Amino acid sequence: MSAVIGQRLPKLDAPDKATGRAVYGHDVRLPGMLHGRILYSQHPRARVVGVDASRAAKLAGVKAIVTAADNPATKFGYGKDNTPLKGDLVRSLRDEVAAVAAVDADIAEEALELIHVEYEPLEAVLDAEAALKADAPLVHPERGTNLFTQYDYSHGDPAKTGEAGSQVIVEDDFELPYVAHAAMETSVVVASFDHRGHLTLYSTTQIPFLLQRDLAEALGLDGSDIRIIQTAIGGAFGRGLDIYPFEPIAALLARKSGKPVRVSFSRYEEFLAAPVRQPAKVRIRAGAKRDGTLTFRDVYALLDIGAYVSWGSVTPLVMMETTASLYRVPRVRFRADCVYTNNPITGAVRGYGNPQSTFFVETAMDRLAEALGLDPIEFRVRNANRPNEDTPQGLKITSCGLKECLEAVAARADKGTEGTQGTEGTRDYGSFRQFPQVPLFPKKRGIGFASTLNVGGGARIYRSDGCGATVKVDDFGHVSLITGSTEIGQGSETVLAQIVAEVLGVKIEDVTVLNSDTDVKPWDVGVHASRTTFIAGNAAHLAAMDARRQIFETASELLKAPPEKLVAGDGRIFVRADGNQQSATPRGRFAVSNHHSVDLAKVARARHFREGGKVIIGEGWYDPPTSLVDKETYKGNISATYGFGAQMAEVEVDTETGKVRVLRLVCANDVGRAINPMAVEGQIEGGVQMGLGYALTEELIVKDGRVLNPDFLDYRLFTAADMPEIETIIVETDDPQGPFGAKGVGEMGGTPTAAAIANAIYDAVGVRLTTVPMTPERVLKGLMELKETKEMAA
Amino acid sequence: MPKFHLTLTVNGEPRELLIDPRRTLLDVLRNNLDLRGAHRGCDSGDCGACTVLLDGLPVTSCLLLAADCDGMDVLTVEGVLPSPPARGVGGEGELHPVQRALVEKGGIQCGFCTPGVVMAAIALLNDNPRPTEEEVRLGLAGNLCRCTGYKKIVEAVMSAAEA
Ligand code: FES
Ligand code: FES
Repeated sequence: MSAVIGQRLPKLDAPDKATGRAVYGHDVRLPGMLHGRILYSQHPRARVVGVDASRAAKLAGVKAIVTAADNPATKFGYGKDNTPLKGDLVRSLRDEVAAVAAVDADIAEEALELIHVEYEPLEAVLDAEAALKADAPLVHPERGTNLFTQYDYSHGDPAKTGEAGSQVIVEDDFELPYVAHAAMETSVVVASFDHRGHLTLYSTTQIPFLLQRDLAEALGLDGSDIRIIQTAIGGAFGRGLDIYPFEPIAALLARKSGKPVRVSFSRYEEFLAAPVRQPAKVRIRAGAKRDGTLTFRDVYALLDIGAYVSWGSVTPLVMMETTASLYRVPRVRFRADCVYTNNPITGAVRGYGNPQSTFFVETAMDRLAEALGLDPIEFRVRNANRPNEDTPQGLKITSCGLKECLEAVAARADKGTEGTQGTEGTRDYGSFRQFPQVPLFPKKRGIGFASTLNVGGGARIYRSDGCGATVKVDDFGHVSLITGSTEIGQGSETVLAQIVAEVLGVKIEDVTVLNSDTDVKPWDVGVHASRTTFIAGNAAHLAAMDARRQIFETASELLKAPPEKLVAGDGRIFVRADGNQQSATPRGRFAVSNHHSVDLAKVARARHFREGGKVIIGEGWYDPPTSLVDKETYKGNISATYGFGAQMAEVEVDTETGKVRVLRLVCANDVGRAINPMAVEGQIEGGVQMGLGYALTEELIVKDGRVLNPDFLDYRLFTAADMPEIETIIVETDDPQGPFGAKGVGEMGGTPTAAAIANAIYDAVGVRLTTVPMTPERVLKGLMELKETKEMAA
Repeated sequence: MPKFHLTLTVNGEPRELLIDPRRTLLDVLRNNLDLRGAHRGCDSGDCGACTVLLDGLPVTSCLLLAADCDGMDVLTVEGVLPSPPARGVGGEGELHPVQRALVEKGGIQCGFCTPGVVMAAIALLNDNPRPTEEEVRLGLAGNLCRCTGYKKIVEAVMSAAEA
């Protein structure tokens, strides 16, 4: 057993976070810093007749005002359709019309009230179906259509041979809502120019290097003029995966005022203007043979991406992956349309299309199992993905523990709270206790299952899916890992330090991780797609191996032994005794006294302080052996490996109120190898909190383009008191390409949760819900419809 | 606007300052007193990230006017830690048992909710040194966390209670 790999080590940054020392974006204060505030549109779609900021400009303390007139000439964003401030046309209620920088936040706020904007309201397109009508107003008139992009993927022939070869076919329509990231820290940025006109941005971005490039483009600067420093980040969950207007706006204000400017969102503004999960309407048809083999899946999804395109428009790629490759399906068609509307802007949210697609795919799986009279687990296991098998979509599955995950959760299915089915609740009659307690409206229990497939070895959605790392060992034997990757709370810093500590045979306390400055760290595509442990882990591993080679080179001279016979452990370099390589501890393994070993610091100094000396610096660059999907066929191996998981939910449905209480969630995940089991559990448990919200409580209600519940009172997150019992089972499959066998886990926790809960509700009361959140109203409506159908049948 | 003369005891030290009377306790802590451990997650009393102890009771400092706290005793996350670090320069800082448990049990991810959780948990344990899990969950129901799923936070508070 290793001293560091596989250990439940606390996060390196946790003590500073526990004591209030960590510096978040909101805590940054630069000398002379101004406060920036943004004025948003009053209409979902309108012509801007004029903006008069003259009164605001006269307010004492106002240092700069920017409007569309200050925009650089280029457009930015994933679809190159966005500008920092909007000029002639506003396209949503979150459109930025003007922004102010002032000496304090109150003055900035007051100045916004003094800006007069004259609008001519225009008819808006407020739903995706309406946007596709021939006479719909155009969100971006110059494009000539509201359709931004279409996906059409297929393998096999679902329509003909698929349908004909099926003994059972199911079909459902799904309606999926807007969901907010709801990171506890709202969006924030501080922009500051130096005398040369170089911009430093203090940012909570997840993509420092892409942002550097995007921002340069948006501001008409050169990428090398921009330095991004990432503060401690109070949650991200996909929010920071693109450039958003507040970032160039802060820079424009800073440039115009000649002072550093901070733009920080209020919670209201966060709900209004931060990107959200795109709503979708989905139809799925799926079939199977009598013996339980899947025959086909056919999906159409219509996504409302809002007024500007961000990475949200790429989520169909992930939906496609779940549809085409979760379980073995011989024939698949997946089509999706992404359309512009005058609704809120949508982006990437943890899971990136997968919670949605897992919900519809796993609902169809459950219905097929029922139609065939098969046990839901047996049916899933029969069709489960297998190790070392390419899917028709071109995913090269290597390690795969889906079957083990399913069996693990199934084994826990009847071990929990007593009675899984139809436990009758009773009505409390209070003082009328003399009456017998009659189960008028019983509480019913049920269990449900769902699986998940996720990229676990990066995701090539950009030309490079790489990450760089440098490992430096100083004269005191202290190790610095400089990694391109980003810590957003998930614990990557600690996991990467564990990998380096293991290779160099030092304690984790002896490793410092530097990961927050684009002027220092090597390139990385960003923290997304559950990729950091795998990609940045492999890069760190390579850099550490390179450093170790240098260490062994010098140690070999000192110890008078060939490098192949050296091993690192306990902060020292040992000569391995022949024939004694198996035992567990470094001391035991190397079975030697300190005469046959040398301190790491001493090696570093010996290498450094000599004629022609060198310092120990190891380098690593890892870009996985994967490919972008083909533009025509959408096929290709996007990830170097895939993560799998399964969940079992046990619910209790109150048939009087429709309220669903989740009693238990059992989550099994194939993570390759858990480098830090505590961190893995943390990812799963946190993902589950989001999955539970998606299933039961979270919906950003948007009406006429306006967010109606922009606060935590009305947008309900699960609290500590609401959470069910969560059991996490780690399945290890030792991935051949992962660092120490590990693969990604960051998004898998919440992906199958809504599906498992929906299936459990069906098991409990026979109501099949195809929309989330599964609120009491929706469950009750389902129960009533069920009753009517039963009465009609009787 | 006339200034308000505010007197507070903050983390054991008497403080006196002139403030804009519209300022909340959270504003004053973060902006006037340079104590940024209490975080602003919502500014409307819903998230608990700004929780501090006022005369020993947990409050959401974003909802209180600082002027209403005149003469009172405020404890923030910075004051929970003996400061400077107990073993002097170069020594390791001491952590309160609640902080230590949160660190060791994995109850901290992004950490934005953590200062509020620390203060709410300390208040809870002051009031009820041997809480049940249910009581811990209810005691922390006002502290939203988007990262951890709460399981490890609850475990940490339970273990701090046993310590
Ligand atoms: S900031 Fe005070 S409760 Fe959220
Ligand atoms: S640790 Fe991120 S909000 Fe709690």
